[in-house]
Amino acid sequence: MSDQATTHEKYYVPEKSAMAALATIGLITSTFGAATAMNQATFGNGESSFTTMYIGLCIFAATLFSWFRTTIKENLAGMNSAQLKKSYVIGMFWFIFSEVMFFAAFFGALFYVRTLAGPWLAGEGEGGAWNHLLWEGFQYSWPMMQTPQEAVGGVSNQVMANMGTFTSAHKSMAFAEVDAWYQWLPMWNTIILLTSSGTVHIAHEGLLSGNRSRFNLWLGITVALGVIFLSLQVVEYYEAYAHFGLTLNSGIYGSTFFMLTGFHGFHVAMGTIMLAIQLIRSLKAGHFTSDDHFGFEASSWYWHFVDVVWVGLFLFVYIL
Amino acid sequence: MGDHHHGPAKGLSRWLFTTNHKDIGTMYLWFSFAMFILGGAFAMIIRAELFQPGMQLVEPAFFNQMTTLHGLIMVFGAIMPSFVGLANWMIPMMIGAPDMALPRMNNWSFWILPPAFLILASTLFMEGGAPAFGWTFYAPLSTTYAPPSVTYFIFSIHVLGLSSIMGSINIIATVMNMRAPGMTYMKMPLFVWTWLITAFLLVAVMPVLAGAVTMMLMDIHFGTSFFSAAGGGDPVLFQHVFWFFGHPEVYIIILPAFGVVSQIIPAFSRKPLFGYASMVYATAAIAFLSFIVWAHHMYTVGMPIAGELFFMYATMLIAVPTGVKVFNWITTMWRGSMTFETPMLFCIGFLVLFTIGGFTGLMLSIAPADFQYHDSYFVVAHFHYVMVAGAVFSMTAAVYYWLPKWCGRMYNETMGKTHFWISFIGFNVTFFPQHFVGLAGMPRRIPDYALQFTDFNMMSSIGAFIYGASQILFLYNVIATIVAGKPTSEEKVWDGAEGLEWTVATPAPYHTFETPPAVR
Repeated sequence: MSDQATTHEKYYVPEKSAMAALATIGLITSTFGAATAMNQATFGNGESSFTTMYIGLCIFAATLFSWFRTTIKENLAGMNSAQLKKSYVIGMFWFIFSEVMFFAAFFGALFYVRTLAGPWLAGEGEGGAWNHLLWEGFQYSWPMMQTPQEAVGGVSNQVMANMGTFTSAHKSMAFAEVDAWYQWLPMWNTIILLTSSGTVHIAHEGLLSGNRSRFNLWLGITVALGVIFLSLQVVEYYEAYAHFGLTLNSGIYGSTFFMLTGFHGFHVAMGTIMLAIQLIRSLKAGHFTSDDHFGFEASSWYWHFVDVVWVGLFLFVYIL
Repeated sequence: MGDHHHGPAKGLSRWLFTTNHKDIGTMYLWFSFAMFILGGAFAMIIRAELFQPGMQLVEPAFFNQMTTLHGLIMVFGAIMPSFVGLANWMIPMMIGAPDMALPRMNNWSFWILPPAFLILASTLFMEGGAPAFGWTFYAPLSTTYAPPSVTYFIFSIHVLGLSSIMGSINIIATVMNMRAPGMTYMKMPLFVWTWLITAFLLVAVMPVLAGAVTMMLMDIHFGTSFFSAAGGGDPVLFQHVFWFFGHPEVYIIILPAFGVVSQIIPAFSRKPLFGYASMVYATAAIAFLSFIVWAHHMYTVGMPIAGELFFMYATMLIAVPTGVKVFNWITTMWRGSMTFETPMLFCIGFLVLFTIGGFTGLMLSIAPADFQYHDSYFVVAHFHYVMVAGAVFSMTAAVYYWLPKWCGRMYNETMGKTHFWISFIGFNVTFFPQHFVGLAGMPRRIPDYALQFTDFNMMSSIGAFIYGASQILFLYNVIATIVAGKPTSEEKVWDGAEGLEWTVATPAPYHTFETPPAVR
């Protein structure tokens, strides 16, 4: 591998590598384990074990760690031409685009239910007969505080076959139901996340101007803000389950609320880990120069992306 | 370790650990062919059951598992990976690049596919059987009424979606970043163009499919109500999310096929492609339109009339860029010095049969008429004309066209032509009668049917067995070529072929274009 950079080959094509095979083992073990455990819980006697999934995830995480370490080492050894670096930039851009489309599916579901399916269930427009025959008495409102099932008096009064039991929350997360503005966690989370987009930008500027301590400081602040955001979200989820009666079972409001905020929270966690790793690289190994810091730059793009998604969430899940 | 510049490693590790685009392309192609045979075997079971009315061979529940797995395996296991394999082999050689942009990820994209399909196929042996809800897996069939194996199905969809996304990102990065100096976008071979646009479609819609199966997973295991009206959700929501993926998906399948045909027809007409720029714009137009036509798959679910009209007109618009393409292919052949080697025969077969499939598609796009055709065998005939005679015929043409370049040996032309004619006849005997039974009212996805449909169904089944058998001939011809075909070392195997891939040695060396070629 040593003579790679000095050959006539302009674009670095790595030698054969076992990492793809190991990552495959990790990925397949974890997905197979997850599917088995879920099936045991739902269709079996209720006992389930996620051990296989965790083993797979450990293999996967270890492989990714070694994979990224290899690419970082290759870059430090000067193997990456400007052209290869551009491939990484393009790759990261389209990866983020695919993430945007993943969220689009859930936002699309939210919009569809709120503007079309919900009002139709309540008898609006084309849905008059459905309401009369199936869900007599169901009134549409958002956040949906009474599911069609509850409107007809529970599972036993349903005309249609049962598809689960859904009990709605007695209190929603919407701004309208807050007692005092300063008690409203989503607002604080918005402030935190928007601020963190600014701090990561300041860190970037510090790096560009060659000021490492400024970079470390503001990147550290960004990571801390990410952790605070996640902690507040844990508090919010606890409140929802413990005091609001808002759960995954709370009809379509609970479904969209938890899936949108949950996947967003998962992405914030990923982004925080990514930025934390960049911080460690800078602190411990002195990585990154003002003109070569793609690992940090990609992580910061990802961070701005989760920030933008949050703005959408704040608008359509909490306020409107 | 050592001098990987001169040749591949020996043994299994060459394939398991490879970063070479040709190795990975080869693995994709063989894997997709294996899936083609497996999905084909399921189709044979379906046609055997439908040979006569009444229950013959299999239980209805098993029949449903066969139609489901046949569709899933053909779409995700056979057609899509075969074109990804072709992209891996050809795109770097066509644009003068040393390899794909991200070689290690390229290997990973391939290697997660076989286990994902192993998991999917293993559902056949699970309690409750394999998924039986059709390849479109509509809720609540796929949620409330699904067998437990649905969970494995969901995760295998996740994995192969991941594979597609990574493969597409790699193709986009390769095309955008790895073109040889002078290879401007509007000089790229059309196959590269169609794949660039296809990759964009894949990155845009595979995550939406992931979202759809994630909602299913949550509804099944964690009590959410996305697709359950009792909780305020809507089963029709599933269809919207699915077809937002599903309609671009059918162009993901056919656009690379368009690219292949646009390479081969000029080669055997000995004329440049007519209307190159309009081909590029037509491809982009089809890709754009694919995002705003999804609900034409669900005219009968009770959409408002405004929705029906919008999706009807938008769908009809697709006929315009598609017509541009068909016109250009025919005009390319016009007054050309044509010869009819096997790749060309498959391309002309493609052109005729795909156009028939396009016209039946136009019939189906008419919302009021679709109420009659919906979920009938007419639909089955339509999409097999575009999937089999479209995608599979062009893929077959591609294999015959580039096989000599890949392995340095010529295939047996007589056997190739025989393969084409048996395929062509077998295909039409299978699927043309299905138009008639469909129009007469035979529904799709049923193991039994009314007596008046017997004759056409028998024809269909006989045709299917002929078509199936012709693929064995194909397999034999390919293996015979690789093992003992007549060696050729001509760089330009076909005298009318154009493009950078014909400037490298035959068979193509393990590494090509380590220094970029000059493109004028």
